[in-house]
Amino acid sequence: MTDRPTERIPAKGAERHAAWVRISHWIVTASVFALVFSGFEILMVHPRLYWGNAGNDLTPALLELPISRNYKHRGYDQPRPFFASSGGPVSASRTYDIFNQNGWGRSLHFLSAWLLVLPGAVYLLVGLLRGHFRSHLWPRMKELSPGLVRRELVDHLRFRIPPARGGPRYGLLQKSAYTFVVFVAAPLMILTGLTMSPAVTSAVPFLLRLFGGYQSARTIHFFTSVVVVLFVIAHVVMVARSGFRRQIRAMTVGE
Amino acid sequence: MKKERLITRRGAIVAGVAAVGGFVVARRFPKILPPTCGNVLRAGDSFTYGAQRALLGQSLVREYAASDVTSFPATGTTDPGVKMKSELGEAYRRMQAGAFAEWRLSVEGSVARPRAFSLAELKQFSPRTQITRHTCEEGWTAIAQWTGVPLSAVLDAVGILPTARFVVYSAYDDWIDSIDLLDALHPQTILAYGMNGRDLPLAHGAPVRLRVERQMGYKSMKYLRRLVVTDRFEDGGEKGNIQTGWAWYTGI
Repeated sequence: MTDRPTERIPAKGAERHAAWVRISHWIVTASVFALVFSGFEILMVHPRLYWGNAGNDLTPALLELPISRNYKHRGYDQPRPFFASSGGPVSASRTYDIFNQNGWGRSLHFLSAWLLVLPGAVYLLVGLLRGHFRSHLWPRMKELSPGLVRRELVDHLRFRIPPARGGPRYGLLQKSAYTFVVFVAAPLMILTGLTMSPAVTSAVPFLLRLFGGYQSARTIHFFTSVVVVLFVIAHVVMVARSGFRRQIRAMTVGE
Repeated sequence: MKKERLITRRGAIVAGVAAVGGFVVARRFPKILPPTCGNVLRAGDSFTYGAQRALLGQSLVREYAASDVTSFPATGTTDPGVKMKSELGEAYRRMQAGAFAEWRLSVEGSVARPRAFSLAELKQFSPRTQITRHTCEEGWTAIAQWTGVPLSAVLDAVGILPTARFVVYSAYDDWIDSIDLLDALHPQTILAYGMNGRDLPLAHGAPVRLRVERQMGYKSMKYLRRLVVTDRFEDGGEKGNIQTGWAWYTGI
């Protein structure tokens, strides 16, 4: 077999992104895009966040987000108390039609959640078996010296980003960000998401205790998604800054 | 270079095994899933349904203390007699004027002894009272105490046939929906006639609503009129969820 002249041999010592890393990267990219899009739509239907198990238009909110025409929309008739004592829980009937596109919104959310969970599980398994996390993602002890950490921080704050090497040889902050997203943010997103499933929490009631209730889980789910979106923005900026074409080639064709 | 190629081949084998596995699972889907895969979103819903039924089993949802009861918005239809300009609305207004003495819940389909139950007859069954969380698809939740008769007791009384697989229910605001027998026979699935210690209020579905505690709120249909036990999945046409673009299974 003759050598194909188009096939570039990587520089000595340089590693390329493995095929399974590249494939899972783009599946998860598509999934996160669809999750953020549909998640935003779902939030627009009820842009109020609470803590504990229960929260609705008739109870105080922890935070209300001004992102929908449902924001501060209180079209309810006269509240009627359930019990004789005053100040107790009430019932009130809604008198207006709200913005609600959850029919496709939620189904798209769960379809894309499967695209995150299933390839994500394969990614974790292969990554552990191959030693990918140990050799590429987890920061090493010697990298954690105060001097090195400070220099990395200063470089990043001054926007001095080293050019791309086209493979999984990452800087310390880069490693920390990837480790945080893979092992903290993504599991937290998935677990708080599952806590919002009445069928799942009937089988695994521990989830409700873990997050302090359904609405607490929903609130944590939202703030974690904000962190993930901030990560994606920082990630794309870093990719652009360190050589966009080179990085895209490295994560697609693997050169 | 050789090592790189080996990795690629192994990756291809993993992908191949996954694809074959997916195909085998997909081939089994028609046997365990209702045919709701009208489009890619409904296919995703069906996958969730299959996964939850395969993995979760029958367990009870959390029940709360009386002190946990919260305020409870009434949404959707809050008075069929006003909303419905049809014969259904007229019939509902008549029954409501007579304190629902004329109300009947017809139970038919794949059952040995089809019959219609009055409110008084439903109250003769051993009641079940539960304080549970209503999880609205919009994102809000509310906790209330519900009293009613387990749907399983009513299905026992009419004797469902061995071929039965779904319970289709319809309401005075002209909605149709259905659940599978696992949810229909679930101990916390009740035909509720009481809320927070009183008769079920008009806005919350008087005289009787369903409680399906392991699914989203909209499966707990208000203003019940009729139950039909079926052998096959039926989507309820334009009065059901699927054709209006909503998921049938919302265990979520």
